[in-house]
Amino acid sequence: MVLNWKIGGPLLGVVFFLAVLLVQPIGVSTQFVVIDGVLWERNAPGLITQGPNGGWTSTYPYFAKYAKDIANPVNYSVIFVAAMMGGALLSAVAFGRIPLRERFSPALWSANFRTGWIGRWVLSFLGGVIVLYGARMAGGCTSGHMMSGMMQTAVSGYLFAFGAFLTAFPTARMLLKKEA
Amino acid sequence: MEIALAIGLGGLFGIMLERIGATDPNWIGRMLNLTNTHLMKTIFVAIGTASILMFGGQMLGVVEVGHMSVKEIHVGVLLGGAILGIGWAIAGYCPGTGVCAAATGRLDALFFIAGGLIGAGAYALSYPFWEEIGFLNGEKWTIGEIPGASYPAALPDLPITGDMLGIGIGIAFILIAILLPRRLVGKAAPVTDTKAEPAE
Repeated sequence: MVLNWKIGGPLLGVVFFLAVLLVQPIGVSTQFVVIDGVLWERNAPGLITQGPNGGWTSTYPYFAKYAKDIANPVNYSVIFVAAMMGGALLSAVAFGRIPLRERFSPALWSANFRTGWIGRWVLSFLGGVIVLYGARMAGGCTSGHMMSGMMQTAVSGYLFAFGAFLTAFPTARMLLKKEA
Repeated sequence: MEIALAIGLGGLFGIMLERIGATDPNWIGRMLNLTNTHLMKTIFVAIGTASILMFGGQMLGVVEVGHMSVKEIHVGVLLGGAILGIGWAIAGYCPGTGVCAAATGRLDALFFIAGGLIGAGAYALSYPFWEEIGFLNGEKWTIGEIPGASYPAALPDLPITGDMLGIGIGIAFILIAILLPRRLVGKAAPVTDTKAEPAE
């Protein structure tokens, strides 16, 4: 069972506050680029190169920005994302009962699409491509821009939220007509 | 020390995302098709609470202003946000909730992550184009001027400081959450519907 917003909201807010108090605002989508770089480097070494001064760089300008993290992926932000997964897993084991059918395709999608779970996996994959392309262009995702940004009164956070909801509401209204 | 903090804070964040229902695409979908605003209320309260605590802590001198990290505002923020919004509604996941959902055993979330790696890689390769047409240039504005921070203010002549404004906005966000109707389209769900308002 999901926490009521009157409890869940303040608790989630405290986590965002603790992150800023102790280290830095929460962000996730950058790590997709770092993992991409690590996978690339593992399969075809040479994406990143070490300069004479010991600093890491890349001939690809975008990977050059994250070359240091790609070279040493065991850093704060990557561990943070790994710990998120651990936390979510613990929480799901302790409180959640996700039915098997739900694990293949969420009820709301099963109700609205007649494509079965393979169709859901294709949609989920396509959604992932679009979400991360947009998140990297914007320079952050729902965590980094919307939550962390708006809590800091960052104008970019508001612009991001405006852009995201501008398309998310109509898209969901079109695709998810049936309720579940 | 930093690694211990990453494990502690990341773990707490993962637990909370799962507990508020953000790792469940059904709750994201109900929020985005406007049939149940419960998750939206949670997020409004969370942003408001975090804002009040952070700016309040800064005014009391217990929170380091230097820990703030404001992102640049540019055309790419709006366009990228709009692109993300489409995928968000299609998949029901955003980057953080997607990885957490995969960890809770949702198989479709694994495909979201695979797609996400492709999308992030595609952006990395197309980055020079967006850079060249000037979509990624901008300043790190905050709304008001925050004492101790060097961010330019979008509204520099406000009668109150940026941290007081942040607390005010935080309170406003919590009020919005309280006043927001349970659903924004269609007929109201019955009060006894546990899906509409979780009791826990």
